[in-house]
Amino acid sequence: MAVRNRNFFLVPYVLWILLFVAAPIALTLYKSFFDVDGAFTLDNYVRFFTPVYLKMTLSSFWYAFLITLFSLLIAYPAAWLLTRTKHKQLWLLLIILPTWINLLLKVYAFLGIFGTYGAVNRSLEWLGIGAQQILFTDFSFVFVSVYIFIPFMILPIFNSLEELNPSLVFAARDLGASPWTTFRRVVFPLTLDGVKAGCQAVFIPALSLFMITRLVAGNRVITLGTAIEQHFLVTQDWGMGSTIAVFLIIVMVLIMFAAGKREVRR
Amino acid sequence: MKGLIQAFAAILVASLGCMYLASYLNSSQGYSGSNTLTIYNWGDYIDPDLLTKFQKETGITVIYQTFDSNEAMMTKVQQGGTTFDVAVPSEYAIDKMKQENLLLPIDHDRLPNLKHIDSRFLNLSFDKDNHYSIPYFWGTVGIIYNPELTPKDLVFDSWDDLWDPRLKNNLLLVDGAREVMGFGLNSLGYSLNDRKEEHLQEALRKLQKLTPNVKAIVGDEIKMLLANEEAAAGVVWSGDASEIMDENDKLDYVIPKEGSNVWFDNMVIPRTARNLDGAYKFMNFMLDPANAAQNAEYVGYSTPNKDAIPLLPEEISSDERFYPPEELTGRLEVYDNLGKRMLSHYNELFLEFKMHRK
Repeated sequence: MAVRNRNFFLVPYVLWILLFVAAPIALTLYKSFFDVDGAFTLDNYVRFFTPVYLKMTLSSFWYAFLITLFSLLIAYPAAWLLTRTKHKQLWLLLIILPTWINLLLKVYAFLGIFGTYGAVNRSLEWLGIGAQQILFTDFSFVFVSVYIFIPFMILPIFNSLEELNPSLVFAARDLGASPWTTFRRVVFPLTLDGVKAGCQAVFIPALSLFMITRLVAGNRVITLGTAIEQHFLVTQDWGMGSTIAVFLIIVMVLIMFAAGKREVRR
Repeated sequence: MKGLIQAFAAILVASLGCMYLASYLNSSQGYSGSNTLTIYNWGDYIDPDLLTKFQKETGITVIYQTFDSNEAMMTKVQQGGTTFDVAVPSEYAIDKMKQENLLLPIDHDRLPNLKHIDSRFLNLSFDKDNHYSIPYFWGTVGIIYNPELTPKDLVFDSWDDLWDPRLKNNLLLVDGAREVMGFGLNSLGYSLNDRKEEHLQEALRKLQKLTPNVKAIVGDEIKMLLANEEAAAGVVWSGDASEIMDENDKLDYVIPKEGSNVWFDNMVIPRTARNLDGAYKFMNFMLDPANAAQNAEYVGYSTPNKDAIPLLPEEISSDERFYPPEELTGRLEVYDNLGKRMLSHYNELFLEFKMHRK
C-alpha cells in the first residue's frame, strides 16, 4: 500500500518530465532528420559542418565565453562584498530586482541609453571626449548581456560564500597565509561549486542568445540562437533549426558533464 | 491530499461553467449570427469612422480585431476558434494560406466596385485572376535618407548610392532576407526573384562590399532609430517610411530607378467566415472610391483604387514617393513564392552576409 502510494505521488513529476523535458528533446532530434520538404535526410548535419555554421558556432562560443568571464569578474567581488554587508537580504533583493523587469524592456532601454544622442554619449560630450559609437558594437553586446546575466552569477557564489566557515579563513590567516594566499588556497577552492553553478547558469543561455544580438548588436554579432530563430520563423526550415538545437544540447550536456566530473575526482 | 483534489475539482467545475457562460453569452448576443461581421486586420490600418459608417449603412455590427504579424494571423485562422469573416494578409501569406486551403474563393460578381481597382494591381503572381484576394493597400521597398546627414550629391536614385564610401557606418538595413538579397540583385540588374546560383553569389559578393557602410541590421526598431537620426540612411518598406517621416520630416524616401519590390496587403475571406454576405458588403464598401480615399488619407499608405486617387488631397496624390509614375511601377516586382528550399537558400546567403565582418 505504502509503495503504491509513493508511486502515485510520482505521477505528476513523471508526466511533467515526459511532456516538457523528454518529448521536446525527442521531437527536436526527430525533426533534425528532415529537410524542408519533409523528406528524411542526414543532410542537415552535413550542412552544419560548412564554414557558415562553423564560423557561427565559433563566434557564439567566443561571445558566451566573454560574457561568462566578465560576469564572473564582476560577480565574485560583488558576492564577497555582499557577505560582509549589514543588510544582506536588502542588498540581495536589490540585485535580484532587475530580473523582475521584462528582458525586452531592459534591452530597449539600452537602445536609448547607448544611442548617438543617448545619455552616455551626452555625458561623454560634456566631458569633452566626444560622441562615440556604442550601440551596435561588440562592447555594447557584451555589456548588456553581462548586465542581464549577472544576478544568475552572483546568487550561487553568494550562497557558497555564505556557507564558507569563517573559522577556516581565520585559521589560514593565523597560520601565516597572506590575504591573497588565503583567497587562492582556501576561499576560492571552497566556493568553486558556486562559481561552477554560476558559470553554467550564464554560459549555457549566453550560447543561444538571440534578441539582444539584433537589438543591441544590430545583427553584427550572429550566434547559433539567431540562426535557430531564423530557421523556425522565417525559412520554416525546421530541420536545420532543430539540427542546430541538437548540437547545442550536446554541447550543454558535455559542459555539465565536464563541470561535474571534477567534483568526483575531488 | 483530499483538500487538493477538492480544490482541483472546484476549479474544473468553475472553468467549465465559465466556458458554458461565455458560449451562451456569445450566442445570445448574436456573435456567431448573421448580423455581425468579424474583421481581422493589422493594427491602426483602417479609419475608424469608416467602420461606423459601414455599420450605419448596413446595420451589421462589426467586431474589429487586430494582429501584428502574418504568421500570428495565419495561426489563429488555422485554429479556427474565432469566426473571422474578412482578413487582410500580405501577399506571401495569401499564397501560403491558399496552399493550406485557408481561404474561400471570391465571387467577383458580388463586388461591383472592383472595377475601380487599377489593373496594374490585379492578376498578380501570388493570386492569379484574384480568385482569393482583393487589393487593400500596396507599397514598395526603398531608401529613406536624411539630407542633413548625407553628402549633397547623393540622392539615392540608384541602389549603388548605398555603396558610397562617405556613408561609412551610417546605414541601417531592415532584417529581411528577401529585402536585402532583393536590392543586392536589383543593383546588379537582376530580378529580385532570381534563382540562378551565380547571380545569387554575385549579389552576395556585392552585398559583402556594403558591410563597412552598414551600422546595423534591425527589425521594427529601424523606425525609431531613423527618426532619432541614429543613421543617415536606411532601406525600409514605404509604409515604415511614411511613419518615420511623420515623426521626423527632415527625412526623404526614394524608390531607386533599377527597380524594387512592390508589396500588397489584400482582403481575403478566410475559411472561418460565417457571414459571407456581410464580408462581400464590407469589401465592396472598402472598394468604393470615396471610402478608399478617406482610408488612404487616414492610414497614409498607397491605395490601389485608381478612382480614389483624384479624390485625395493634391499633396498626397502627386507624391511620387508613394504614387510612383507608371514607368517606375513597371520595374517593381512582387516577391514570387520561391519555395521552401530556395527561400532557405536565400536565408543562408543572408546569414553569410550578416556574418561578414568589417
